[in-house]
Amino acid sequence: MRYETERTRRRGHADTATDTLARGLGIFSIALGIAEVVAPRALARALGMKGQEGLIAGYGVREIATGIGILASKDPTPWIWGRVAGDGLDLATLATALEGRNPKKGNVGIAMAAVAGVTALDVYCAQTLSRESPTPLPPMQDYSDRTGYPGGIQQSHGAAKDFEVPRDFRTPEAMRPYAQPQASQRPTPSM
Amino acid sequence: MKALVWHGTTDIRCDTVPDPQIEHPRDAIIKVTSCAICGSDLHLYNHFMPGMKNGDIVGHEFMGEVVDVGTDAKGALKVGDRVVVPFTIICGECDQCKRGNFSVCERTNRNGHIAAKAFGHTTAGLFGYTHLTGGYPGGQAEYVRVPFADKTHVKIPNGLTDEQVLFLGDIFPTGWQAAVQCDIEPTDTVAIWGAGPVGQMAIRSAILLGAKQVIAIDRVPERLDMARAGGAITINFDEESVIERLNELTNGKGPEKCIDSVGMEAHAAGTVDAMYDRVKQATMMETDRPHVLREMAYVCRPAGTLSIPGVYGGLLDKIPFGAIMNKGLTIRTGQTHVNRWTDDLLRRIEEGQIDPSFVITHTVPLDQGPDMYKVFRDKQDGCIKVVLKP
Ligand SMILES: NC(=O)c1ccc[n+]([C@@H]2O[C@H](COP(=O)([O-])OP(=O)(O)OC[C@H]3O[C@@H](n4cnc5c(N)ncnc54)[C@H](O)[C@@H]3O)[C@@H](O)[C@H]2O)c1
Ligand SMILES: [Zn+2]
Ligand SMILES: [Zn+2]
Repeated sequence: MRYETERTRRRGHADTATDTLARGLGIFSIALGIAEVVAPRALARALGMKGQEGLIAGYGVREIATGIGILASKDPTPWIWGRVAGDGLDLATLATALEGRNPKKGNVGIAMAAVAGVTALDVYCAQTLSRESPTPLPPMQDYSDRTGYPGGIQQSHGAAKDFEVPRDFRTPEAMRPYAQPQASQRPTPSM
Repeated sequence: MKALVWHGTTDIRCDTVPDPQIEHPRDAIIKVTSCAICGSDLHLYNHFMPGMKNGDIVGHEFMGEVVDVGTDAKGALKVGDRVVVPFTIICGECDQCKRGNFSVCERTNRNGHIAAKAFGHTTAGLFGYTHLTGGYPGGQAEYVRVPFADKTHVKIPNGLTDEQVLFLGDIFPTGWQAAVQCDIEPTDTVAIWGAGPVGQMAIRSAILLGAKQVIAIDRVPERLDMARAGGAITINFDEESVIERLNELTNGKGPEKCIDSVGMEAHAAGTVDAMYDRVKQATMMETDRPHVLREMAYVCRPAGTLSIPGVYGGLLDKIPFGAIMNKGLTIRTGQTHVNRWTDDLLRRIEEGQIDPSFVITHTVPLDQGPDMYKVFRDKQDGCIKVVLKP
């Protein structure tokens, strides 16, 4: 049987390992974004990019937004493609810091290698998701109006209070006080 | 006439078969106007229930018009009467029937000796449900012979549609009895495993009976949607831990009342016990997959009740009886004593407290029945309940 979870069904295609990867990238985005927003100065220092703190914090906001998009959307595909574009921007920005006089060139190289690695993951994830998306499941039927109560639930809740539970269907008398501790009218059993 | 006939595992066909005849003075012949596929039929379709034979007519949820009446049933029924037929055949006279325990009627199972071998004693005859329960031809057909027809019927007044009353024959009283077995108090949380047709009826019944909180557990989005419409909080067992969520929703104490409306074919999201059951079932060392029972016994509040309308066929393994015994749980179960509840439920439908037709998602001609078995089993196309029109 093909089965889907509520979340993936609403998104339009069955859940796969790629969806898990996408969620991982979403969390990564948010974590990186927070670091960029909270500590732009430390990052700028480490990369020899003094004066670019504002830009770094801006990129952080972008990362957080993308991450939230991935985690909250029904279909993360466009958001992952958004990450790919962002990766390009990050690489281009880092490349400007590679110029000869930057004493932290080594750090920049490491950062670029890391970004390149994540970029590869992003591209792989986005491509696989795009391939899966063209065969969406039929849209979910909406049964939210199928209450079964012609007069509304308010009117039906407790409507069968007149029903007397037959003697042979009642909770054994001896268990009642234990089963229904809140019901105040019940005699407390002697200890 | 046309009828849905069982030929083997997942092989149900719409065949032409001989029309039924009056065979006994208490019989009646019903021309079926509507019938439904029940979750219990899936146990036959998947061949989890033993005792089917090639050529058996299936179906036990049906209604229609009386077209012929045996001499001894004439006082109670006449040609033209509109009736819902309960899936349990009842004599109305034996000790059990007199007590209202209709599903264990002592007289209507003509293969009572086989049932007695399997279960220790006979149970009632059922329509379209294995030779263990009499091998009576079922109601997914144009006509049905109703044995003990003078007792085995519910008369339906005009002014109600087939769709409103059809389920009085099975799933509505089944969901109702499941809730009644819980003896619901206004302070109770009722947790219901399975949001199939029976679960949906159990949710509404628990609400009618005034439960404080109703929680439904399943993983099929449409079914959870419909459960919420009925007033339940939902848990998707594929995405969340059922036990954790139930404890969360009850301040760590667990639900007072637990209903298993799943039965022997429970699925589980990759748990160890589920794999264990699959292996044992495949090697014929266990007949049923009791994952839900285990979960219920574990999470139920001490001194609480386990109500089990879900059908089990044989031997179950690794039931945490220690939890059941030490927590002092009450277990209530059984095939539904349909006629015990139908007068009262018919009145509730007439008064507009509930309209069971909400559960119908597919209505098709009888000859499309075989395809619908698959659609219903695989929960395709948002399928929750199928009605067939002969
Ligand atoms: N006692 C009776 O007289 C009586 C009458 C009718 C039906 N039944 C039985 O009731 C059961 C349900 O019938 P139905 O028509 O609703 O069938 P169904 O098969 O449509 O519903 C079963 C539901 O249980 C869900 N489920 C599976 N594993 C689960 C798990 N681990 N936790 C929670 N939910 C799970 C499925 O997704 C499905 O929605 C069947 O066993 C049927 O034989 C009993
Ligand atoms: Zn049934
Ligand atoms: Zn009887």
